[in-house]
Amino acid sequence: MSDSKTGTKASPPMPHSRFSPAGAVGMLFRGISKANRTYGVEWWIMIVGIVIVLFVAYCALLPQTIAPFGPNNQNAGPQLSPPSAAHLFGTDNLNRDVFSRVIWGSRTILGVAFAAALVSSLIGIPLGLFSGYVGGAVDRILSLVMDSVYAFPGLILAIAFAAMLGPGVVNITLAVAVIYIPTYFRLVRGQTLQLKQQLYVEAARSIGAKRGTILFRYIFPNIIATVVVVFSLNIADAITTEAALSYIGLGLPAGIPDWGMDLSMGKSFLPSGVWWMITFPGMMIMLLALGFTMLGEGLAEILNPRLLEK
Amino acid sequence: MAQPILEVKNLFIDYPISIGTVRAVRDVSFTLYKGDVLGLVGESGCGKSTLGLSLLRLLRPPGKVSGGSIEYEGRDVLAFGTEDLRLLRGAQIAMVFQNPLTSLNPLLRIRDHFFETLRVHNAFTTREEAEKRSGDILEQLGIDRKRLHEYPHQLSGGMRQRIMIGLGLILNPEILIADEPTTSLDVIVEAGFVDLLKDLKVQYNISIILISHNLAMVAEIADRIAVMYGGKIAEIGTAEQIFAEPLHPYTRGLIGCVPNIAVTQDHLVSMPGSPPDLVTPPPGCPFADRCPEVMDVCRTNPPPLKEYNPGQQAACWLHEPESVRDALSHGEAPADAGQQV
Amino acid sequence: MKGLLRYIVTRIALTIPMVFVLLTIVFVVLRVMPGDPVSAFLGGHAPQSVIDQKKEELGLNKPIYVQYVNYLGQIARFNLGNSMVLDQTVWSAIRDKLPATIELTLFGMFFTLLIGVPLGAFAARNRRSPADFGIRIFGNVAYCIPVYWMGLMLQLVFAVWLHWFPVAGRTGARVVISTFSTTGFYVLDAIIHGNIPILLDVLDHLFLPSITLGIVLSGVFIRLTRANMLDTLKADFILAAHARGVPDRIVTYRHGLKNAFVPILTMLGLQFAILLSGAILTETTFSWPGMGRLLVERIYLRDYPVVQGVIVIFAIMVSVISLIVDLLYALIDPRVKY
Repeated sequence: MSDSKTGTKASPPMPHSRFSPAGAVGMLFRGISKANRTYGVEWWIMIVGIVIVLFVAYCALLPQTIAPFGPNNQNAGPQLSPPSAAHLFGTDNLNRDVFSRVIWGSRTILGVAFAAALVSSLIGIPLGLFSGYVGGAVDRILSLVMDSVYAFPGLILAIAFAAMLGPGVVNITLAVAVIYIPTYFRLVRGQTLQLKQQLYVEAARSIGAKRGTILFRYIFPNIIATVVVVFSLNIADAITTEAALSYIGLGLPAGIPDWGMDLSMGKSFLPSGVWWMITFPGMMIMLLALGFTMLGEGLAEILNPRLLEK
Repeated sequence: MAQPILEVKNLFIDYPISIGTVRAVRDVSFTLYKGDVLGLVGESGCGKSTLGLSLLRLLRPPGKVSGGSIEYEGRDVLAFGTEDLRLLRGAQIAMVFQNPLTSLNPLLRIRDHFFETLRVHNAFTTREEAEKRSGDILEQLGIDRKRLHEYPHQLSGGMRQRIMIGLGLILNPEILIADEPTTSLDVIVEAGFVDLLKDLKVQYNISIILISHNLAMVAEIADRIAVMYGGKIAEIGTAEQIFAEPLHPYTRGLIGCVPNIAVTQDHLVSMPGSPPDLVTPPPGCPFADRCPEVMDVCRTNPPPLKEYNPGQQAACWLHEPESVRDALSHGEAPADAGQQV
Repeated sequence: MKGLLRYIVTRIALTIPMVFVLLTIVFVVLRVMPGDPVSAFLGGHAPQSVIDQKKEELGLNKPIYVQYVNYLGQIARFNLGNSMVLDQTVWSAIRDKLPATIELTLFGMFFTLLIGVPLGAFAARNRRSPADFGIRIFGNVAYCIPVYWMGLMLQLVFAVWLHWFPVAGRTGARVVISTFSTTGFYVLDAIIHGNIPILLDVLDHLFLPSITLGIVLSGVFIRLTRANMLDTLKADFILAAHARGVPDRIVTYRHGLKNAFVPILTMLGLQFAILLSGAILTETTFSWPGMGRLLVERIYLRDYPVVQGVIVIFAIMVSVISLIVDLLYALIDPRVKY
């Protein structure tokens, strides 16, 4: 008999109490190895993605717990000094601590990217549903517009919008959001069209009231899975786009810490060998985008499990 | 005296996949004699196509041969090196597949297919030679040689199948393996195909392994027939023996299934039940669950493949002496009890 | 041949709506947005009369739909208008920069294919091997790297630290462009004039920007090539080719890749849009005098006619590439009828 209070590993298959730490650890291990066997590498990829995202989200929510200085503190240390123990990522030309700026900047980029993805989906999904369901001329016109925007280089359009809307967080979010609306539109419209086919057959055999329920019961499970995956990949893309806009200089006012803008500033000091101003913000952009990509792809694999070899 | 040209001995083929290992072929042995047509018959999933692919080691991973040997002219194909295997394929043993629509590269002309086949076996083949030889073979197969310049999508299914045969024969192989060659063709084309095979057999004195689920078609042309079930050989013998005196209940069932147009039938005869699970195969005879004459021993011990008439073998407890069956039922192990697979 | 011409014309006709839609979107947003471009341009303190006069000059005081129709008519006559800021037509502002962007994009495309396709094919052929996983990881990571950051990193390592390549620009300081440039495509010009030193110089400057684009976008092509190859390799004609004794390498590349290439080609057309975006960012990093830089520049100057014009030109470029890809597709795949 094992005593759960002393924390010894339970040797009989069932621990005394379901809440014993040993039992919980055992269940965790069994859960992980089962998931690993069932899903393999893809599962781990998703986990890594989740970890990265959660870490950055933490930085965004509670930056003061990690960053030693404020992002705009121009007395943090010596000017343009390389990474050291005191300044992990070095300092920039305005004597600011790069590490702190990076941590604080996560809030900006994550916020904008997430908000942009949200706006895109909130506009694109209903439009797609509507267009697919209604069909006819409305559908064709909407599709034409959406396809044109989709085919066009997104960044260029975002630049144009950002330029016309002017600086500011809201404007940037809108500029980035616009280019992803067609993605959701096309996705949802496609699914709706497919379902419409099935529904007309159903409708021939069933009562009118049933259509609504079927619509609800079939659309959501199918679409939600894909939408969630697309959403995650969307955020990854929005991250790079937002940073790109700031890099070009179309982004945010100077007071707001932003990774893209840091890259732009650091660019001028590159020829003199100052490498730390651009390396770290850039790495963070990549890491965060990678995190969301891994999350999205891992989810995609798990939601559509393929039992046999890939 | 008939000379064996291909001998398969105790072949085992497995497919290890995530839900377990599928034992597609279990302890299969047979002999192909020179100049013969051997029909390999069975329902879907019995392992005949897998067996056919394994003869040229064309199994797609994760499938692999896990035991046994395939001897061509005395040498074990399974032990061939990459280059020997490559030279074997097409030149000594050729294979024709089920779907002529997708068996040809849509981006290459017909003559390119032939030229490549000739070139990879003889680097000195010139374009003129290749064109001449391929044109000759096409004409033999009843196709205008002008078709050489066309793309596969411009030809009909029947023509494409003939071109596949042409590609198979152009190097004058000893053996031709045809895996369900007529399954995707309509019956008229199929009939023409059977006639074609008969002509080829006479002309080239080629040995043919004809794999099909269509017993009636195979019967028209085969000298010997092997019936497979559940990854094992149920019965093997000459065509006459199989039809006149089928030893295995499955064979009898198959023959009974073929509708006879001359006789009025009320309903189609079929065998109830479904094929065995090959991941955890039943310990005894694979046909036990569906056999109308099943006995206790059938479920526990796999019957050995033994010769009961000259040239005819069957794996069925019905033909074993009662003493042997009883001994096994009581758990004793007499001298020639079947191996547990 | 006649069928081909008709096909081309039809496809061109189909691209017009897209250009039209984009034009409209930009036009509308520009006019509808709060803030007055003219007063912004003239500075906040210009007297109202000056502002009004300028507006009248530019035709901005007319109702929107009138302006819109006028603009469309202008475009139809291939007139992009005049710059609001500098004394030049929109087209002359664009004309010099266009070849620079096209050259960069083409070379970027070249490297993308050069890196992406062989790696993807190799990964497909050796599925589930360590090389396969490594290549896939590389592809995924590469795609997430911001292209401007990659540019900066390469600049740092190869130009600033190692001095192997120049840091920025299209040509060396001592090259006088007007003496040798006829087409605007410096590589082409250098070849036409048979001028090897200039050719080397131009290529030298092209290398880092193009390979930046190449590496970042190769990720997409690695994945695409691998997926297409895997699918193609499952096909029956691959099995049939093996059964005829065709060596594995020839089967993979002649039968496999050639067939897989067709969808890859289509994807190239779609990816062109991404290449263009990447090119613009790369232009900023490497001070490349192309359309991207022009766009950003004129946005600062609030030169909206030029901004509009650039968008139109981009839209046309994307459509043209899409058309070319379709044509190539029709030529390569004998099953496509025209």
